[in-house]
Amino acid sequence: MENIQNFQILWFVLILILFVGYSLLDGFDLGIGALLPFIAKTEEEKDILINSIGPVWDGNEVWLITGGGALFAAFPHAYATAFSGFYLAMMLVLFALIFRAVSMEFRVNDENRSLIWEKAFIVGSGLAALLFGVALGNVVYGVPLDNKMEFTGSFFTLLRPVPLLFGVTGLAAICLQGASYAVMKTEGELQERSFRAVSILMWINLITAITYFMTMALIVQSLTSNWLFYMAILVTLLGLAGIFFSSRKKNDSALFWESSFSFIGLWLAVAAVHFPNLIKASNDQNLSITIFNSSTGLQTLKLMSVIALIGMPVVIAYTIFVYRIFKGKTKSSDHY
Amino acid sequence: MSALLLARIQFAFTIGFHFLFPAMTLGTALIILISETLYLAKKDEVYKKITDFMARLLGLIFVIGAATGIVMEFSFGTNWSGYSRAVGDVFGPILAAEGVIAFFLESVFIGVLLFARNKVSPKVYWLAALLVFVGGHLSAFWIVVANSWMQTPAGYAINEAGKIVLTSFTGAVFNPSTIIRFCHTVMASWMTCAVMLAGIAGYYVRKGLHGETARTMLKIGIILFALTPFIQLATGHIHAIEVINMQPEKAAAFEGHFYTAKGAPLYAVGFVDEQNEKTYGIYAPKALSFLYNFDWNSEIKGLKDFPKENWPPVNFVFQAYHIMAGIGILLIALGLLGAYLLWTKKIYENKLYLFILPFLIPLPHIAHETGWMAAEVGRQPWIIYKLMKTANAASVVVTAGEIVFSLFMFFIIYLLLAVMFIKLFVKIVQKGPAA
Ligand code: HDD
Ligand code: HEM
Ligand code: HEM
Repeated sequence: MENIQNFQILWFVLILILFVGYSLLDGFDLGIGALLPFIAKTEEEKDILINSIGPVWDGNEVWLITGGGALFAAFPHAYATAFSGFYLAMMLVLFALIFRAVSMEFRVNDENRSLIWEKAFIVGSGLAALLFGVALGNVVYGVPLDNKMEFTGSFFTLLRPVPLLFGVTGLAAICLQGASYAVMKTEGELQERSFRAVSILMWINLITAITYFMTMALIVQSLTSNWLFYMAILVTLLGLAGIFFSSRKKNDSALFWESSFSFIGLWLAVAAVHFPNLIKASNDQNLSITIFNSSTGLQTLKLMSVIALIGMPVVIAYTIFVYRIFKGKTKSSDHY
Repeated sequence: MSALLLARIQFAFTIGFHFLFPAMTLGTALIILISETLYLAKKDEVYKKITDFMARLLGLIFVIGAATGIVMEFSFGTNWSGYSRAVGDVFGPILAAEGVIAFFLESVFIGVLLFARNKVSPKVYWLAALLVFVGGHLSAFWIVVANSWMQTPAGYAINEAGKIVLTSFTGAVFNPSTIIRFCHTVMASWMTCAVMLAGIAGYYVRKGLHGETARTMLKIGIILFALTPFIQLATGHIHAIEVINMQPEKAAAFEGHFYTAKGAPLYAVGFVDEQNEKTYGIYAPKALSFLYNFDWNSEIKGLKDFPKENWPPVNFVFQAYHIMAGIGILLIALGLLGAYLLWTKKIYENKLYLFILPFLIPLPHIAHETGWMAAEVGRQPWIIYKLMKTANAASVVVTAGEIVFSLFMFFIIYLLLAVMFIKLFVKIVQKGPAA
């Protein structure tokens, strides 16, 4: 049994990495979407921002697809409970992701309605960004479960204050990701506006992150001795401090990394308070879905480890290769 | 309506819609690879124009495929959580492998294909075309594996706790129906785009548009159109033998075959009277037996050999199967005619044939959809053949009301996507390749 536990822990870590990868990468393009009306004023500026994510957003979204697939393969009960239990919320996520994807394509080709598609892009991006945090907040804060691991709450269970706080925190972090990416990919006035957005969002993130960490400290016992939690706070604060200095120095490439760094801190806090839970039961701790009671067999976990440990480095290598092709500032004419 | 029935309708609707797009992606990726390879070899601008034109179509097709594909991935958790709990050990790794091994490859390099024509060297661009082609086909491979495992499960065992566990991944992946189903599905996708390309080019040539580029497109289109339906007949034939061997009650439903007999007939068109367990129509006597193993008198099992509660809806499956096969035969004839006209160089002047071509574009799609209906509805009442019933697979906590809402929303949204797709597709076609 010793053996399978190691693999269960490994998969907790690997799925966390997939979700972190997703939130950093798709984070910046969802962030661009949500911020579009605030940083782009002219049609040309909108084109530049949307073109800056055009070649890469779909590859970024695959991190979510793979993360979902990995959850299915490693912890099917967690996957089944969360996706069926949060049914309506999941449907909203899907509708939001559909609209943000197709609206980029429709906006350029359907000129007469390009304004409508632009709105769909903004709302789709923002809504998805918000809902991911709410979903995460629910599994961390806890939802009512029965002894068959089924969710017994309703749609409104999901909208409690703590999960909503997670949602807002995530949205703020994603917007910061988007704004700092925009700084990296633009020039001139558009870049000025993106810099300003970064500065404002840095303060917003400071507030949401502190509230988020304090709430965690209040709702979770025995956190005071958890070193990972302190590290998480440190990472986020260091990231935000870095942003503070880099945006004063107008350093347009460091911001994105600092924003990512502060985002990672938020995730580390989840790992610190949540492990080994996957979905916490709010009614009775013994009913929680953990990595130990929800996983697939040893054979499957081993197989998956081979696929992931060989496959993901290859994926990361060619992803970097392609990002390098699109390095540098985006132009409004960069569309096929 | 029960939540189960609604979930089934939602799945059938969303997968039926999703599948239209990947089918086009695979074929479009093939055409792009062909024209880009010819461009690299011959340095003739005409091929570059064809690639760029097809890439514009691919951008539109791909985005809708990706947006509707996410729905499918989520649906196993949202609507089929009973299934997910039961088969995580086998089915989960297959879906995860699809992400790691296929989706990343395709989606990352499609960015290069669509946006980097002028940013990379022709060789790197060609490489991107190749990798998009490979990635797309790998993703089709993995999803077909997932489906084939549900049709003909292998590589698993049931442990003491009654749980399905993986014993051999290669056994599960290369289960008895994977290879042939993959070949048949891929060929269907190539055929879809062969007809699409020929249809578009036929329209251009008839209208005298885009000169040499249109004629070259027509040539590539017609060659593929002549080859693919033929190969499809062969793969379909092998597929049918596999079904007779592995899922005899499904095969019997395909032909409305009730009583086990030596020398079973093959219907061209017909109708199954399920009440009286009789099948009417035009048939070739003993032909089914002959096609099975080239023996006019071989024995084919009939539905009556199986308990009635394990029968699929027979007439529905029969009709779906016959529409697919009928379209296949029709396309063989039309493809051959096109090849003949091309061979004799009459095709560019044959207004009638050129006129008909664009109207053929929907036919492979219809064959595709009905083929899947035959395969999937023919598998009922099982979600995993002989292992798990569909009735036990649905999410227990999702109510009928919730599914009514989501189904309604999918209906509206997909209708919108369909309208926009057709509109923009026509627009891109009207704009045509670069002069
Ligand atoms: C352009 C599309 C197309 C065309 C023209 C054909 N098929 Fe097909 N067929 C498919 C597209 C397809 C498909 C949609 O791809 C299916 C559904 C499941 C599968 O494996 O492939 C399929 C399934 C399918 C099955 C059932 C597999 C199962 O139940 O698991 C059989 C026996 C055949 N086909 C046989 C044929 C024959 C004899 C054809 C005569 C030419 C033919 N198909 C033409
Ligand atoms: C035989 C049926 C299917 C085939 C051949 C197929 C093939 C493909 C292909 C080639 C793509 C690439 C994008 C595109 O071209 O549009 C795609 C997209 C996708 N498919 Fe399907 N698919 C099928 C059914 C399913 C099912 C049942 C699922 C659910 C697990 C699914 C999940 C997805 C997802 C998540 C994407 C988006 C990937 C991305 O963003 O790149 N597909 N499919
Ligand atoms: C892309 C082509 C496909 C089409 C058009 C298609 C069509 C259908 C249809 C019509 C049903 C409903 C059958 C019924 O309820 O009577 C169904 C069910 C189902 N199919 Fe497929 N299918 C496709 C591919 C796949 C693939 C690739 C998978 C697995 C990865 C899959 C998994 C399922 C599942 C889980 C159900 C729900 C349970 C059921 O009703 O049987 N399908 N499909």
